[in-house]
Amino acid sequence: MSTELLPDELPAYARSLGIAVERMEDGVPVLSMPFSGTVEGRPTVLHGGATSGLLENAGFAALRVALKNIDRDARLKPIGITVQFLSAAKSKFTFAQGRITRLGRRNANIEVSAWQDDRERPVATAVMNILMARDGTG
Amino acid sequence: MGSELPPFDPEAASSMMLAHGHAGWLGLSYRAHGEDWVELDLPWRDDLVGEPEHGILASGPIVSLMDMASGMAVWNAMGEFRAIATLDLRVDYMRPASKGAAVTGHSQCYKITKSAAFVRGFAHDGDPDDPVANMAGVFMSIPWRPR
Repeated sequence: MSTELLPDELPAYARSLGIAVERMEDGVPVLSMPFSGTVEGRPTVLHGGATSGLLENAGFAALRVALKNIDRDARLKPIGITVQFLSAAKSKFTFAQGRITRLGRRNANIEVSAWQDDRERPVATAVMNILMARDGTG
Repeated sequence: MGSELPPFDPEAASSMMLAHGHAGWLGLSYRAHGEDWVELDLPWRDDLVGEPEHGILASGPIVSLMDMASGMAVWNAMGEFRAIATLDLRVDYMRPASKGAAVTGHSQCYKITKSAAFVRGFAHDGDPDDPVANMAGVFMSIPWRPR
């Protein structure tokens, strides 16, 4: 039995971009982001920064659920994110899901993929390194 | 073509480029530029927060800031506006930006080849000697495709 991620657990920034939990897949949240003027770069094309925002949120969401599943509480801090832009994302919904490559004691390594029509043809991918501080400590 | 246009001026271009879409929504604004670098500001806003308890900006807006400053640094270094696309962008966070503080993104285009442009930079929230993030990225020229 896997833990759900509640919509109000997404940060303000995610909600501002219209990001929502689309569904759970293999116990990991799939996030969606609608196209709007807020996320537009060149006309009718998704801004790379907004794509990065979706990737980042999917990475954090995957980690939050994984930590909940093992009843572990931690304050998450990003250490680094590297985004690869693979193709121009068009004016439609974009989806993203993270995969934890390694869940350590102090940090987690996560791979995230974002796609539109075809999951096998991602529009962008990211690798993230997230520090897990125990609440109240550095 | 590019040669018929006046040289790319980051300050003049920013009033157009930063007014709409994602950059406009973030409220990015022009700060300064040099021969091969551009600086933009990202104002702090509570709807850009990634961690509500501490009012810390999400990393996404900082990636957007660095991406936008980098694109403008590339055009600035090229001396003209050309279609470019971000190939990859890496941002490392040294510390969270202070609550309520605007973040400045500085990006330098340090090398341009036939097809690629290389950028590096950093973000700070008041003191450039105490940056919040470091950035490196690569852009590519894309041919204009009529559809």
